[in-house]
Amino acid sequence: MTSLLATSTFVQAFQFIGRDGQVPGVPHLPTLIHLTLETLKIAAIGVGISVLIGLPIGLWLGHLHKGSFIAINLGNVWRSLPSLALLAFGVAVLGLGLANVELALIVLAVPPIITNAYVAIDGVEGDAVDAARGTGLTEWQILRQVELPLGIPLIFAGIRTAALFVVSTTTIAALTGYSGSLGDIIDNETSYHLSGVLGAAICIAALALVVELLLAALQRALTPKGLKVTGREDLAGTLTPVVETA
Amino acid sequence: MSTANTAQPEGSSASRQAATLELRDVAKHYPGQRQPAIADLSFTVGAGEVCVLVGPSGSGKTTALRLINRMIEPSGGDILLGGESVLGREPHQLRRHIGYVIQQIGLFPHFTVAENIATVPRLLGWDKRRTAARVQELLELVGLDPDEIGPRYPAQLSGGQRQRIGVARALAADPPLMLMDEPFGAIDPITRTRLQDEFKRLQAQVQKTVVFVTHDIDEAIKMGDKIAILREGGHLAQYDSPAKILIDPADEFVAEFVGADRALKRLGLETLDEVKLLPPNGAVSSPTVTRSTSVRDALSAILADGGRPVTVVDESGKPAGTVTLELLGGLLR
Amino acid sequence: MTGFAAGGPVIPNFGGGASSYACERANRLFCGGWVSRNWSPVLWPALRQHIVLTLIAISIGFVLSMILALIAYRRGWVERPVLIVTSILYTIPSLALFELLEPTFGLTLTTAEIALVSYTLLILFRNTLTGLREVPAEVKDAARGMGMSPRQSLLRVELPLAAPAIIAGLRIAAVTVISLGTVASFIDDQGLGVPILTAISNGVFKTEIVVAGAMAVGLALIADGLLVILQRVLTPWTRAHR
Repeated sequence: MTSLLATSTFVQAFQFIGRDGQVPGVPHLPTLIHLTLETLKIAAIGVGISVLIGLPIGLWLGHLHKGSFIAINLGNVWRSLPSLALLAFGVAVLGLGLANVELALIVLAVPPIITNAYVAIDGVEGDAVDAARGTGLTEWQILRQVELPLGIPLIFAGIRTAALFVVSTTTIAALTGYSGSLGDIIDNETSYHLSGVLGAAICIAALALVVELLLAALQRALTPKGLKVTGREDLAGTLTPVVETA
Repeated sequence: MSTANTAQPEGSSASRQAATLELRDVAKHYPGQRQPAIADLSFTVGAGEVCVLVGPSGSGKTTALRLINRMIEPSGGDILLGGESVLGREPHQLRRHIGYVIQQIGLFPHFTVAENIATVPRLLGWDKRRTAARVQELLELVGLDPDEIGPRYPAQLSGGQRQRIGVARALAADPPLMLMDEPFGAIDPITRTRLQDEFKRLQAQVQKTVVFVTHDIDEAIKMGDKIAILREGGHLAQYDSPAKILIDPADEFVAEFVGADRALKRLGLETLDEVKLLPPNGAVSSPTVTRSTSVRDALSAILADGGRPVTVVDESGKPAGTVTLELLGGLLR
Repeated sequence: MTGFAAGGPVIPNFGGGASSYACERANRLFCGGWVSRNWSPVLWPALRQHIVLTLIAISIGFVLSMILALIAYRRGWVERPVLIVTSILYTIPSLALFELLEPTFGLTLTTAEIALVSYTLLILFRNTLTGLREVPAEVKDAARGMGMSPRQSLLRVELPLAAPAIIAGLRIAAVTVISLGTVASFIDDQGLGVPILTAISNGVFKTEIVVAGAMAVGLALIADGLLVILQRVLTPWTRAHR
């Protein structure tokens, strides 16, 4: 009965996790902790750089209310890029290595950050901005004190979308031969057996969920009190970006 | 344009398509609220009459209206349309035979004007030819060009046009009763006056039984054959013709609601046509008034001219009479 | 786990062979000869499989999310649990989700489809529900007041007016499925991911990667474009204004 088989495999998977990724009979395997941290490291670098690149561009374009065509269509084109193809292409052009993986991650992560930052700032109520300008705030101050706080929800929606795809793609990188993430285990069933692969999958899923929840908590912490009143800031409503009606 | 095969013929036999409406001890309680929204409301509207429900907010006038077509279910009492209780009928079927016009109109954005108007006929299963003819007839009735406006979408129309289409849509299946909830509330005053006049003209032609909700006493006086003034909790303060309410308010609440200028309002109900004019006095005042000017407006003209007599002219512009402060003031007695 | 043996001669050896394979030997980014030679055995089947994969996932996802959205539309309390579940499914990285399903469903198309459908649920459910809720209150009131039953109002008024939001959701879902479908190839050995994975496994063969990747992108753009056209056809009133 396949379900019996499945259950026992899942049990073994948890045992695998408990053993920190060591498979009896196979020496010198990297530990789960190690792989998880590596994955996090890669993802963090990818998201970090993408935010550094994309956020200023998106925020400033939104503030100027310029470049909407690019900002919005960037989002559309981005969605259609298959991450596997991107990674493989990176390997083809740059060879195997961290740089190649990070490049693919950045290409995937920057567009949603730009698009959402743009929409967030562009969509701030004109009245609020007008009033701020009228009281003599500089453009930079307006961005920082008025538009940015009001735009937090959408900005974070973009960052979280990006983070989600970065974590996802980091694991896929193992399929292209890059070793150093939890994906290694999935790509190597012969050594780890199905139970090991399953264990790794569970870890990846857990990792992704934890990252999302942490970012959601960070978003809630940064959201100005006035916006929180709507009460729609809950687990369900903010695991993924707001409705996009492209 | 012949109206055969489309709806009941209009005109004198239109009363066949207008039913009496009776509210009998109607009540509405909302759970969790101490006071009922409507305690005990009873009145009757004759066939072909316009009854205006008017009152301050919280008086339950919209609630009362929505009880009639069972958008809200009554907690007690009965409502009889043409002698038959509405409570016994299936709500969807009932509503297909009651015209419904709301303040924001609610035209279907994805239907053309023609399709909007054809909504209830389609629900009733009319055939295409009959429906199309009826749509054309109604558009002409409300003063719009069927060929031009019919294929358009609501987004392409002005506010006033949309209002008229809303009324046309409600009239489409020739219902015996029309319910209108502040239909002219969301419009600028100039357009509103025009639409009110148009509706009065329309009503003179189709003579439907109409229940009309408004918060504006002036609109109530203008539009209504009978006015029902409601107090908080749906209590009926007075139910009478406009003239009687103005002359003889039932209590202080009504007097206050109608306004301290009710005597003047009353004068707005009559025109100089009904007044015995003084003979022309040789001079021609400026401005002049005509026989169709309301007594109130004539009084206003006199006062504007410092109290001096004002000349009444006929259609050709020749003086036909004079009105003075004493003459018009005497009408109040 | 590396089960992409099927499909015929995919990678010519880089070294050796006739001079007509010079482009492949040099491993340039695009070898026209290779493409025309491998269109029927490799590329076209992969594309066909990918299209089928996508159509099945989108159809099932659309039906499921429509049912859920309609239930949530009538009974508000359903929304939150559905959102939580679909959000969690959406957050789990594709590779992990495919693997989590493997013990029960094996290395089959079913596994891939189940995972891909899961990814569409969140966006389709949300957009459908939001689209329905954003129908103006007065329009719903008028529909009811004129005597439409709840079913008639839903079919004739509310769903048509929600169509733009629903189709927007379909666009996003379609593109997402096409993109993730390449990863699904790792599991079920079908789709445009097969050439990509094959091309990586024996020393990186650029042309295959580029061509398969470009086909995936092209497919996504075409799907998006078709849905935009569909929306224009179905909702002529959205373009009307004074």
